Amino acid sequence: MRTKIETDIIIIGAGPVGLFAVFEAGLLKMRCHLIDALPQPGGQLTEIYPKKPIYDIPGYPSVLAGELVQNLMQQIAPFNPGFTLGERAEHIEKQDDGRWRVTTTRGTEHLAPVIFIAGGLGSFEPRKPPIDNIEHFEDRGVEYFVRNPEDYKNSRVVIAGGGDSALDWTIYLAELADQITLIHRRTEFRGAPDSVEKVMELAESGKIKLITNAQVVGLQGNGKLNGVVIQHDTDGEFEVAADHFVPLFGLTPKLGPIADWGLTIDKSAIEVNTTDYATNVPGIYAIGDINTYPGKLKLILCGFHEATLACQSAFKVVFPDKKLSFKYTTVTGIEGMPG
Amino acid sequence: MENTIQINIIDRAGERHELDAPTDMAMNIMELCKAYELPVEGTCGGMALCASCHVYVLSEQELPEPSDDELAMLDAAFFVKANSRLGCQLKLKAELDGLTLELAPV
Repeated sequence: MRTKIETDIIIIGAGPVGLFAVFEAGLLKMRCHLIDALPQPGGQLTEIYPKKPIYDIPGYPSVLAGELVQNLMQQIAPFNPGFTLGERAEHIEKQDDGRWRVTTTRGTEHLAPVIFIAGGLGSFEPRKPPIDNIEHFEDRGVEYFVRNPEDYKNSRVVIAGGGDSALDWTIYLAELADQITLIHRRTEFRGAPDSVEKVMELAESGKIKLITNAQVVGLQGNGKLNGVVIQHDTDGEFEVAADHFVPLFGLTPKLGPIADWGLTIDKSAIEVNTTDYATNVPGIYAIGDINTYPGKLKLILCGFHEATLACQSAFKVVFPDKKLSFKYTTVTGIEGMPG
Repeated sequence: MENTIQINIIDRAGERHELDAPTDMAMNIMELCKAYELPVEGTCGGMALCASCHVYVLSEQELPEPSDDELAMLDAAFFVKANSRLGCQLKLKAELDGLTLELAPV
């Protein structure tokens, strides 16, 4: 039996707004546990644009997205939040004791009286190429991640993509697999120059097959993949035998299971009221880019405000018998919490 | 009208929309489409990071060369053709007057 994680607020999404919610909750003595599908905290800021400067965080004329996340992690450290990373929140269920149970893709269970959904644009999932029957071959030869390189031993692998992950896995698997074909839509690669050079060397020495100006347009096999159809810009269509097809086109956000949790959704965003950013389901709040209300702006600074007000309201759910008194950090300082 | 150009957008159903586009509002094609409620998500907010504003250029106007960021994103996008661009990277300027674009499939 797995141990269940018990806390006061389960925060789904460890982006900037989810992280800051830990701080505001901590000031009110509420413990938090964050769940995120990505393997590291920071959400989009870490995953998509860590090196981009942000200019509209009050008090920071300019701050790099990655730095802002580091600062937030430092700011919430005294409150010892828990993290379940690399797992997507999949199901929510109300228990008989009134608490919510949030279960992840890996079956980790979390219990708390309050859920904050700070899911941004949704969870990041691999971008799937628009090939008709691709879903049919998922886990039957088509994989969007390399989970275990050993799985590719002695097999024929087709990798598609032009970025770092396509290059890196081509280099890595060249040693293991029987045959590696890398397919890229253009001639130039966007990855690290060292990796590009290495791939070119492998192609020249015949260790891998490199097909540029081409894309995979079809998959073949009876129950299990045995070949891909490639369309070349000038040479037309041809087939390459393959046991595995690994399309590596980066990640894209999808609302995912949140859409099935009984919340009122408008255009992929959760409707909330602006008193406390509560959803239509008592005990569940939505903050940051994932929510919508009249006048909504998808800005980090607005998300911080929403997190702050949601915490005030959540306090009444977490501690129904306690009185809430408003305090300034300049007066009380920060009183941390044990882990 | 002063500071207004015309941009023609062919939506995914093949319908043509002739849009009045301001050149003095620091807007781009993605934002223009959203303002006219055409089905363009603009998920990343214009950072060339999602390709939800992917368009095909159908007319002959001279466009600025795509940046490395835009090319990198187009590398990871689908249905990409030689005339593919990201709407968010095309700023509304007088030179674009009469530009015709088609929304790429999603």
